[in-house]
Amino acid sequence: MLSFNSSNIASKTRTIGRRMFLLNSIKAVVILGISGRLASLQINESSKYRSLADKNRFRESKFAPPRGAIKDYFGTEIASNTRIYQLHFIPENTPNTDKLLIRLKSLISLPERQVTLIQKKIKKQKKWETIIISDNLSWSEFARLNLFLHELEGVQPIVSIARVYVNNASAHAIGYVSEISPRDIRTKKYLQDLNIAGISVGKTGLESTLDQEMLGSPGFLRYEVNAYGKKIKQVSINSGLKGKTFRTTLDNEVQVFTAKLLENVSGAACVMDIYNGDIISMVSAPTFNPNSFIHGIKTKEWNDLLNNRDKPMINKAISGLYPPGSTIKTLTALSALENDIISTKLYVECKGYIDLHGERFHCWKKKGHGLVGIRTALKKSCDVYFYEVARRLGIDRLAATAEKFGLGKKVLQDYNEEKAGVVPNTKWKIKELGKNWYIGETLHSGIGQGYFLTTPLQLTLMTAQIANGGFKIQPRILVNASTEVGNLQKYLNHKNSSPGNVMSLDDQIFNFGLKPLFRNQENINLVKEAMFAATNEVGGTSYRSRHTDKRYAFAGKTGSSQIKRFTSEQREAEVKQENIAYLSRDHAWFVAFAPVSNPRYAISVLVEHGGSGSKAAAPLAKKIIKKVLERHESRESYPNRLRENI
Amino acid sequence: MLYNRSSLQSPFSIRGKIFALDFTLLFSILLLGIISIFAQFSSSGGTFDYYSKSHTIRFSVFFILFLFISFTQIKFWHNTSFLIFFILLLLLLFVKFFGIQSQGSRRWVNLFVINLQPSELMKIGIILFLSNYYHKISEGDVNKVRFLLYPVIAILAPFILVLSQPDLGTAILILLSGIVVTWLAGVRWKIFAYLSVLAVITAPIAISFLKPYQKSRILTFLNPEADPLGAGYQIIQSKIAIGSGGLFGKGFLNGSQAYLNFLPEKHTDFIFTLYSEEFGFLGSVFMIILYTVITYRIIKIGSETRSIFGKLYCYGFANAFFIYVAVNMSMVLGLLPIVGAPLPILSYGGSSMLAIMFGLGIVMSCNVYKNAAVG
Repeated sequence: MLSFNSSNIASKTRTIGRRMFLLNSIKAVVILGISGRLASLQINESSKYRSLADKNRFRESKFAPPRGAIKDYFGTEIASNTRIYQLHFIPENTPNTDKLLIRLKSLISLPERQVTLIQKKIKKQKKWETIIISDNLSWSEFARLNLFLHELEGVQPIVSIARVYVNNASAHAIGYVSEISPRDIRTKKYLQDLNIAGISVGKTGLESTLDQEMLGSPGFLRYEVNAYGKKIKQVSINSGLKGKTFRTTLDNEVQVFTAKLLENVSGAACVMDIYNGDIISMVSAPTFNPNSFIHGIKTKEWNDLLNNRDKPMINKAISGLYPPGSTIKTLTALSALENDIISTKLYVECKGYIDLHGERFHCWKKKGHGLVGIRTALKKSCDVYFYEVARRLGIDRLAATAEKFGLGKKVLQDYNEEKAGVVPNTKWKIKELGKNWYIGETLHSGIGQGYFLTTPLQLTLMTAQIANGGFKIQPRILVNASTEVGNLQKYLNHKNSSPGNVMSLDDQIFNFGLKPLFRNQENINLVKEAMFAATNEVGGTSYRSRHTDKRYAFAGKTGSSQIKRFTSEQREAEVKQENIAYLSRDHAWFVAFAPVSNPRYAISVLVEHGGSGSKAAAPLAKKIIKKVLERHESRESYPNRLRENI
Repeated sequence: MLYNRSSLQSPFSIRGKIFALDFTLLFSILLLGIISIFAQFSSSGGTFDYYSKSHTIRFSVFFILFLFISFTQIKFWHNTSFLIFFILLLLLLFVKFFGIQSQGSRRWVNLFVINLQPSELMKIGIILFLSNYYHKISEGDVNKVRFLLYPVIAILAPFILVLSQPDLGTAILILLSGIVVTWLAGVRWKIFAYLSVLAVITAPIAISFLKPYQKSRILTFLNPEADPLGAGYQIIQSKIAIGSGGLFGKGFLNGSQAYLNFLPEKHTDFIFTLYSEEFGFLGSVFMIILYTVITYRIIKIGSETRSIFGKLYCYGFANAFFIYVAVNMSMVLGLLPIVGAPLPILSYGGSSMLAIMFGLGIVMSCNVYKNAAVG
């Protein structure tokens, strides 16, 4: 059917050969194309694809380095880190999860609720992702687990570190840490950058303000994952930078002592070095256990704290606002003297009340003090005398002096929760309340009632600045790294090293760069002398709380801030504070400096609803002062010891 | 014919036949096979698991088959080529109705010993059929409509059957293999032009018949970044693997993309990606050279073969072989859409390996009997 001859074959061969040549040329082009593509991917863009491949295979998990500690002045760690024992578990490595959980229940305390929670989590997560069964095991539980580890396939006992507070005494001053919340991330920029799940961050106090520095810089763990996200192997580890440790001016021993003393009251106590402004002690009562928050506080405990009448979560020393009561009389007297409104020769007849524009203003002593001068008025805290002084002085001049001595503004920069308080004056009232100032309000302000609002720490500062001779100090709670000696400290050193060499005041101010808050230091000395009398002379308001031992003798001023005005019936019946409802009782104040011979420390004690300062606050202050003075020697020599160690 | 008789003297002895083998081709195939075993071993994460083991066994068995076919007379393949084609066509029909279904397509026929994919063998079958057909008809008849009809039917029948499995990749390779042979045989340019116009006109209709996944593959090829975790994932990950290999590669068993399972289908279609990641640009170029050498030797054998059947077959197979390589490499390099085309010998897959080794065997047989008349 088909012919075969050589010409046919030859012709066909030629056609085929010609066409094959064309195809081969196309092949050459294709080979060049593919090789070119290879070169472009593997040579030109190689680094781009290499980084993409690394992005595929590496995951990083950040972890927090040990949080910086907070130490007291003597180097005792008040907030430190401790080992905690945790139990982790990877479902993939366990043949039977339910059996394991039952076995675990017999070894460690594992409530049924926790078990259901874990089971829910197992269902939700990938089977190779770690589940934390318990984040804080006791040592005995941990030891038992390790003993039976061979029976518990898939679980991992982990030793980790967490915050621990040595006591509750400094709970307010230090603050506490707790697991990071969405709100923390929203409000704090550095936490957004940090991005570590479940990390503990500072919530209040110094823990909150120093949080960023104490966190340090996070370490990271680099590991390889496969396409499904399963961890294959660890590649590298960077342990990060340990958080910064801070030393405070607090004395842990005094803190513990004070906290114990205030155990059964609601209030606050602050102690300050009158020369360098170091806050020796700052305690708010009742206190709480800051350790409760670290692993998540239990709902009941949290509700108890929130609903407590005495508001344990509030740092009353800096956030509690109270009228200063009679403690302000020191400033009323000083202001009047400084402004030449009165002289020491002014005597006022106290009949137990004073009438002004048809309104009657009562003295705390119903029978009256008789004829009183400035010294007696302060010593006995005569209200009528100060009504008269305040009337002459006027609110604006009083306010100026109060502000000069540190009222109405924050004492420290280290607390977000600190309140500034209120020093009222005519402008303030128009601005805040839209009303004119009444003379009657001046009288109330003169004895520290009415619009005045102060914190215990502010009154400590006020007292300290009176006690040191009327010089401005900058209070501090953190010991700076710099060894710079403050001006007042230099002045003090000079005074101690050459007791005989008495410099004139002007020379003192000039030589040491002091900032006087007075016009005439005599006025300051007069107030100090009157405070001495109030505590150490018969008839003084705090005479009963005096120290007879000269070493501990102090000078102080009582005060009570009114919660409710006495009705005239109550006044007639001479109702005692102890006999009215707790929440209606006055807050008790006591401010003092010690030792009287050569003052070094100022103190303020507030007892909420304590009644009178002399009965509720002064006895507490007496004990704290003794404690502080007993610690004085070791505190003085501590910086020297530090230097010797170096 | 005298020249036949004289040259047939020596190949009759076993020794003569062995010396008549093209050793360059033979060793290139052997080298490729050994590389493929290493690649499969790496693809299995550096272990001899099911894949790497069965690939090794398959290559060994099919290499022996290749040698066996090399020594059979080319005349035999010439005589049986129509029969082979029709058996394969019947098998495709059988698969259509009784085939083993897997992952949404019917491609396999259960032969009890192995599961065979007739579509892979059809890639060779169509070349055999057309080579014989154009061997038989005279050159003058090639462009006559009556003589054009048979090749068109012979190409379209398996093409449509395979397309409906559905297996777009293999169908296209069958179509291309067939068209190349008809073109080599001398079918006029004009006819291809007409057919192309027809194809363009019918393309929209054809696209409407495509499965959604086939459509998405084409769209993905046009813009792989549109859906990086879905359809575009394969292309993106393949490019990352190849690109990150760099000039020298990450080293044997160190391809992180493959080892950590970022690479899809790493045993089959994407085996070149794995190889390229581990051996880099230099290794990849070596691979291209190896494939080029094999293609070149096949073409050389074709040019030395006297019979039109042998010539057409060798050229046709060389082109088909080259197309497989080019399509697969272009695919993993992101130059073509992912259509499912294995890389000859390197990819895991019994039917594909069988088809290639069978096809190469016939080429070698052409070399041994290059001067023999086929009848």
